[in-house]
Amino acid sequence: MLIDTSTVGLVEVEEGTKILPPNVIITTLDKFINWGRLSSIWPTTFGLACCAIEMMAAGAAHYDFDRFGIIFRGSPRQADCIIVAGTVTKKMAPVVRRVYDQIPEPRYVVAMGSCACTGGIFRTYSTVQGCDTFLPVDVYVPGCPPRPETLLEGMMLLQEKIRKEQARWSPWR
Amino acid sequence: MIQREAEKIFETRELNVNMGPQHPATHGVLRLVLDIDGETIVKVTPYVGYLHRGIEKLGESLSYFQALPLTDRMDYVSAMSNNIGYCVAVEKLFGIEAPERAKFIRTIVGEMSRIANHLLWLATHALDIGAMTVFLYCFREREWILDLYEMICGARLTVTYPRIGGVKNDVPQEFLDSLWKFTEEFPSRILEYETLIDQNRIWLLRTKGIGVISAEEAVSWGMTGPTLRGSGVPYDIRKHMPYDAYDRVEFDVPIGTEGDTYDRYRCRMLEMRQSNKIIRQCIEKLPPGPVMADEPKFTLQPKDMMMPITHPTKEMAYFIEEKACKGCGMCLRACPAKAIFGEKKKPHKIDQALCLQCATCFVTCKFKAMKIIPGGKGLSDEKLAELATAPVPEEITKAAEYLVRQFDFVKKGPRAPEGELYVATEVPKGELGFYFVSDGSGKPYRMRLRAPSFIHAGCLPRLCVGHLVADVIAAIGTIDIVLGECDR
Amino acid sequence: MAVTEVRISIHPAGLNPKDIAEKIKEQFPDQVIEVAEFRDQVSVIVKRDQTVPILKYLHDDPLLSLDHLQDLTAVDYKGKKDIRFEVVYNLYSTRYRHHIRIRAQVPENDPKINSVVPIWAGANWHERECFDMFGVVFAGHPDLRRILLPEDWEGYPLRKDYPLKGPELDKDWPGFTEVLKRSKELREFEWEG
Repeated sequence: MLIDTSTVGLVEVEEGTKILPPNVIITTLDKFINWGRLSSIWPTTFGLACCAIEMMAAGAAHYDFDRFGIIFRGSPRQADCIIVAGTVTKKMAPVVRRVYDQIPEPRYVVAMGSCACTGGIFRTYSTVQGCDTFLPVDVYVPGCPPRPETLLEGMMLLQEKIRKEQARWSPWR
Repeated sequence: MIQREAEKIFETRELNVNMGPQHPATHGVLRLVLDIDGETIVKVTPYVGYLHRGIEKLGESLSYFQALPLTDRMDYVSAMSNNIGYCVAVEKLFGIEAPERAKFIRTIVGEMSRIANHLLWLATHALDIGAMTVFLYCFREREWILDLYEMICGARLTVTYPRIGGVKNDVPQEFLDSLWKFTEEFPSRILEYETLIDQNRIWLLRTKGIGVISAEEAVSWGMTGPTLRGSGVPYDIRKHMPYDAYDRVEFDVPIGTEGDTYDRYRCRMLEMRQSNKIIRQCIEKLPPGPVMADEPKFTLQPKDMMMPITHPTKEMAYFIEEKACKGCGMCLRACPAKAIFGEKKKPHKIDQALCLQCATCFVTCKFKAMKIIPGGKGLSDEKLAELATAPVPEEITKAAEYLVRQFDFVKKGPRAPEGELYVATEVPKGELGFYFVSDGSGKPYRMRLRAPSFIHAGCLPRLCVGHLVADVIAAIGTIDIVLGECDR
Repeated sequence: MAVTEVRISIHPAGLNPKDIAEKIKEQFPDQVIEVAEFRDQVSVIVKRDQTVPILKYLHDDPLLSLDHLQDLTAVDYKGKKDIRFEVVYNLYSTRYRHHIRIRAQVPENDPKINSVVPIWAGANWHERECFDMFGVVFAGHPDLRRILLPEDWEGYPLRKDYPLKGPELDKDWPGFTEVLKRSKELREFEWEG
């Protein structure tokens, strides 16, 4: 016995989401899960160099991160994002990879600062020229260091990317 | 008897715990391996080098001016002090002096960076020990200081505002007004932080008697700055070897007695008040005048003087005079567009279609065979040869001088006399020393940065022995290290 | 209050560095090779055999009292001088405010010099860094191993014949090439989007 939707009074709020007033929302599973994920990205604290100070400033009271649902977690097992903030050296690269491997799926990587994107001004024997040589990066946030507002823009771009994902929750990926 | 039975069954060993490079409390990528017996520390082995970027080697391939931004990234919490230290050292090497106004401005921003550094130190130290509110309050003041930095030079963290020979640009009047207001409100803010933790029972328990070191031992371990002054040694480079305007302002230096964490904490809090006092005196005494030394080879040339060549109203053409050209091939090699062709010892020619009008060949030619012809773009070679015989306009010759100086400065850098030099300045963390060995060229032959954080991190084994695991966190906080400086 | 604010009474500037150099020449006449001066700073160039007695004399003498080892480093003069390395000690007296620099020449074929850790405990990490960057071995050091680079790194970066950009990818540090290899293998499990 199917409901005849044309007479029930559904309101289409945005494409793919309909509301049956007052409190029934009809949407796709993709949108729902993506909305849950993007509103609560929990990065693991991984400040390496100067960009870590700007990340801390972004998390402090002036440019609050918490209002976006972003809380810094200490352990990578409880996080779902890693913000590589600062220069990655060859001595540190195995450690970064190990921390990244410990984050459970779905996981995202944000390369913050010029050094994490491409090696920055340090073209030397001990600096890795960009953390994307050994990590799959989702968002690049350039700057030396990027202002806290730039990092916020980067996180919002990551939110947009998550919004467009399809079937990342399913076992048949 | 039961205890003896128990001792036969149970075997106790030391535990080896790794506080890895990724840890919320280790102020960056510091790795500590703790050998502990129960909860008491037997041995601490720090492992550094996770942020070693090769700054010293990189500095050997850059000119003195180009190596200045590298010093920002060392102690990134108080970037102005590093720049000031570098500029004071290089100025002494070249034998030039910054003008008075620049010295006072450098003192002002140096003391502002001292306050910013101590605020961040207090924020992270208190956060590690457990007082989270202090973190948020200190960042509120720090944002004020960073806003003031942005007002003068546009950058918050890695400023490159102090330059060799002075500072980059003059300070606007609203900066001084805003800074004056800051210095009036700041003592009450320090009082806020002190009220929260100074007499707090938990704070006293966690900091009194932790990390005690005597005066002779501290000097022998190479400590400097507030870490040393907490043990009672009156060594402050601003008083011992004054630089900039420190000999013209009056300030006291806090000295401790016990040599423990609590005394070092009090030293830094009192230092913040003294910095406030210094800034007020400097604002009152600020003399008018230029902010950059009057040595043309140390600065970027003013753009408007080079305009006649670089931004012409008429299209320019570059032409090689056949009579004057010796065929040496320097312009051929220097041209980035490969627009010059010709054989050795024969006059060269420029292909006007490929020419970018970048003036590199003009600057390279030592025989003055290159002519710049205004309004010559698109004309044929014969017409250009005719126009080349006409006298060169006055503005082009003047602009050419500035252009040559600009190219020299950017590509090679000013040449330093041969010799070696060690200059130390008092950065918020201790004594930052620069040891330059110069071989007469525009690049340093050896640039050595003596970083206080490196030495202090080496003292950790001495400070932590015999204490509990939680005291290691307090000890890391009290020596105030930043890994960018420690590893360079 | 345990901590007090003090108006530091500065001891009037101590001995002229040239006088300190003269004193070293008197005490150790056969060790001093040269005395150089630049911008009011004096360096004394000595042979490497007796550096520990010289530095101990400078540290213990009550009139000199050079108790603060500001810096210990090395310089590579490849091609410019006959003896390749020089280990440089910058000393300062916190009591008398005078400064001197000692440079000890260390040849390339036998880069060894005695350690000064018995005099200054803080020289421990300075000497480890010198060994790491230049390959100068300090005899008598309690724990000489690499400090800034990984322990199994090959080569000494601050020498003049070491390339700035480092070794080629196949001759690079094995720890890093392993990470690159493993990340390539694990790439097939990454989410493609």
